[in-house]
Amino acid sequence: MPSSDYDPACLPDLLPLYYRRLFPFAQYYRWLNYGGVQKNYFQNREFSFTLKDDIYVRYQSFSSQSELEKEMQKMNPYKIDIGAVYSHRPNQHNTVKSGSFQALEKELVFDIDMTDYDDVRSCCSAADICSKCWTLMTIAIRILDRSLRQDFGFHHLLWVYSGRRGVHCWVCDEAARKLSAAARSAVAEYLSLIKVKQFHFSFNINSLTVVERYFPQYALQDQNILGRKESEEKVLALVPEDILSIFKLQEIFQEERNPERRWRHIEAQAKKKQTTAKKWQYFEKEIMLQYCYPRLDVNVSKGVNHLLKSPFSVHPKTGRISVPIDLKDVEKFDPFAVPTISLICEELDRPKADEDEAKSEDAKEKENEQDSAEKRKIRDYKRTSLAKYVKYFDQFLAGMADSWKGKLRRQSGEFNTGDIFTNFMLDLFLCFLIFFL
Amino acid sequence: MQFSSKKPRAVTDLKAELYSQPLQFYAQPPLENISLSEFESFAVDRLKLLKTVENLGVSYVKLNDDYLKKLDNEIRTLNFPQVGVSLDAKDQTEKRRKDHISHFILRLAYCQTEDLRRWFIQQEVDLFKYRFKKLDSGEKLEFLHKNNLQYNTISAEEKDNLREKLTISSYAASGVKLEEQDFYKVPFQDALDLVRTRKVYLKEGYAYIPHNEIVTIVLNDFRTRLSKALALTARSLPAVHSDERLQPLLNHLSHSYLGQDYSVQKNVGKISLEQIDSLAGKSFPLCMRQLHQALRDQHHLRHGGRMQYGLFLKGIGLSLEQALQFWRMEFIRGKVDADKFDKAYAYSIRHMFGKEGKRADYTPYSCMKVILSNPPSQGDYHGCPFRHSDPELLKQKLQSYKVSPSGVSQILELVKGMHYQLACQKYFELTHNVEDTSFSLSHPNQYFTESQKVLGGGKDVKRETDTLQRPQESSAARGLTAAREPAVDESQHLAEITKNLETDFQDA
Repeated sequence: MPSSDYDPACLPDLLPLYYRRLFPFAQYYRWLNYGGVQKNYFQNREFSFTLKDDIYVRYQSFSSQSELEKEMQKMNPYKIDIGAVYSHRPNQHNTVKSGSFQALEKELVFDIDMTDYDDVRSCCSAADICSKCWTLMTIAIRILDRSLRQDFGFHHLLWVYSGRRGVHCWVCDEAARKLSAAARSAVAEYLSLIKVKQFHFSFNINSLTVVERYFPQYALQDQNILGRKESEEKVLALVPEDILSIFKLQEIFQEERNPERRWRHIEAQAKKKQTTAKKWQYFEKEIMLQYCYPRLDVNVSKGVNHLLKSPFSVHPKTGRISVPIDLKDVEKFDPFAVPTISLICEELDRPKADEDEAKSEDAKEKENEQDSAEKRKIRDYKRTSLAKYVKYFDQFLAGMADSWKGKLRRQSGEFNTGDIFTNFMLDLFLCFLIFFL
Repeated sequence: MQFSSKKPRAVTDLKAELYSQPLQFYAQPPLENISLSEFESFAVDRLKLLKTVENLGVSYVKLNDDYLKKLDNEIRTLNFPQVGVSLDAKDQTEKRRKDHISHFILRLAYCQTEDLRRWFIQQEVDLFKYRFKKLDSGEKLEFLHKNNLQYNTISAEEKDNLREKLTISSYAASGVKLEEQDFYKVPFQDALDLVRTRKVYLKEGYAYIPHNEIVTIVLNDFRTRLSKALALTARSLPAVHSDERLQPLLNHLSHSYLGQDYSVQKNVGKISLEQIDSLAGKSFPLCMRQLHQALRDQHHLRHGGRMQYGLFLKGIGLSLEQALQFWRMEFIRGKVDADKFDKAYAYSIRHMFGKEGKRADYTPYSCMKVILSNPPSQGDYHGCPFRHSDPELLKQKLQSYKVSPSGVSQILELVKGMHYQLACQKYFELTHNVEDTSFSLSHPNQYFTESQKVLGGGKDVKRETDTLQRPQESSAARGLTAAREPAVDESQHLAEITKNLETDFQDA
């Protein structure tokens, strides 16, 4: 699918169009409102905007979906970040007594950035990415998604393409939003491998399976780590000294040029060592992990008040929309096929190929009670390549909606006595001490 | 004044319910009437218990056999509830009630400063740990549930299914058979340290924790709760302080000395002046040895030094006549002539013995008093050398007194940890060639008495530890509890305590 040539200079013209006719405000609000279970959850949420000429404004907050729309259409931000839900409306934070304005809740987030892998990828570096190194993101998504669901019991994970060279994960479960900073950093540390030597066989067995699956194609073929002198040396540097010398791997490599067969030599040596040496000596697995295991920035996940790029915002340098990634198709996800703002604006004028599908969906919409402007808007994004991503987002929200309904029902019958009780008891104790000599 | 009459039935039932558990988190404050004397005696007993916990914690590896035995003893002596020992129900309830009330009283006394809070929390956590470990697994579960820690053990079936994962995941589990270990299912947010370092098996948001680790988690919970509670208590303190009966009591709980006061002279005349020099080297604690040395060197001591040393000498058995002679002889060698001595200094010595002025018979200073009040300045030699001397100078002094280098470093370690009395005890051990002091040092005169016992007894303390067991324990009991001479009855005992508090108050 061609992405229309994007020119950052056109942003000032494209953004108003995007925010007026394409940005999925209804779904966006539906997400951040979380079913209205907690009062003022949306109203106390911080947004930050980067405007034209790099003007950065923080502590933006909105009292309703329509206010959000109006403001965004007025300001036309180049970048949008989402922050925490605070104790008061962020846009009034200056009126609050210092110390009382606190960040209370936020989704648990993770940021995987391709530049963190620069020392182990040979195809690109810095901001560049290609289909060969994108596999690293696929591996990261698979491993982290599994771990967050199976180990930590989270259910509502939104994976989003960052727009250039990475992915973000938004864990939206209620339990996740309520986590303390200490808990967030503990989860992030659990998921990281700071030094490969930390590898403990038992816990990462699932992660290891994923890595093993991808390693041959990704590392041996695409990255060709054993095919070129410099990278081959880097790999051998991870092999323990004694193996290198006893089994004279370097000499074997002189003879054997084929990368797959070279790897098999390394594996064979590793197996031999395992039978003789002490436990947990799995250096060939350590090599695989060093090249493939997810590298995340703990600082992004730690802070409750950390601001992260919003889904459906535009990346000013590439023009790509930060779209959610459908986990069912994660293998096939192609960052270069993600629509740019210029493409979808263009598609607004010339309708897409499968117009029939769009027409039948229009008919369904007519049956609902909505004003024509809304209808038009919904029809608008549906004509563009953005449609499937919004659809996926809808499915994600539907999955969460069930938990909101249950909460609302339960809430009507509760009230909180906790803190009042403790204070009361203390006063009672002090009052009841009556003495006689 | 209200008389403590029959308590309403609702409260009694509540009491029975509250005290049905062997261990508690002290979440609810006690709600009943209590006499002032009970208030005081409960507080003092618990304080003694916590001080024992502190001393044992520094002298032994926590929870090893010696530690456990000694703590058991102390708990029984002080009439606190014992875990795992089935007693008469009424007795049990009484003891638990005492435990409950005394904890809350000490909260009032120890919430005020950061240091006090830290000390209190540390000892209470150690005590809690000791008690929790003594519960059997059924009682442990009951405790967890009753305190809203919804940690459940996993069934044998589940353990079987997760067998491999559990064995690999916990270092604790290896070596101990899986069947024997209880595993608890805990929400991961309550086990962050284990999660962070991947020392635990996680499944669907729950951490599967072996038994030993659960203790850590429960302890952290206890510590956090207590910390918050103390902060809350500190805020309510003004209300408590407005009651004048409580304020002095609470203030002095954190400073009071709880042992013999050495005011009643037992050995008057038994010490001759010629002996003092040799006694100073052998049986005096470091503070007094220092003072004696300074007096000999400079033929003079300032007021603080005269008070501290003079009262000590009175405590070891010097009579008034002897004391006058002693000081006079020394001062005359210096810049003071006989007349000046009689006019200026003799009066104050007689005052010390209660023969002048208001005729108050001053008691020799306890370690607490020496350490906490009247710090020495340039030219003073009083105070506690472990507390007030520069560590380098202290080191030199110890070396000059022929203490071994390893001993010196042990002492300096204790000084660094602010355990001054324990440092002095270590000094005792090293100079008397004794492995383990049987007493808990809290008074310079106690040091002297114990030293005389060791030196005069003639028994080789290091080797004959078995035969010494019983005498050790009885002297430990004597050292640790307030004067339990058979003749003393309840009211006199209390009067003594109050008198001690008052004396401290006055002399300060």
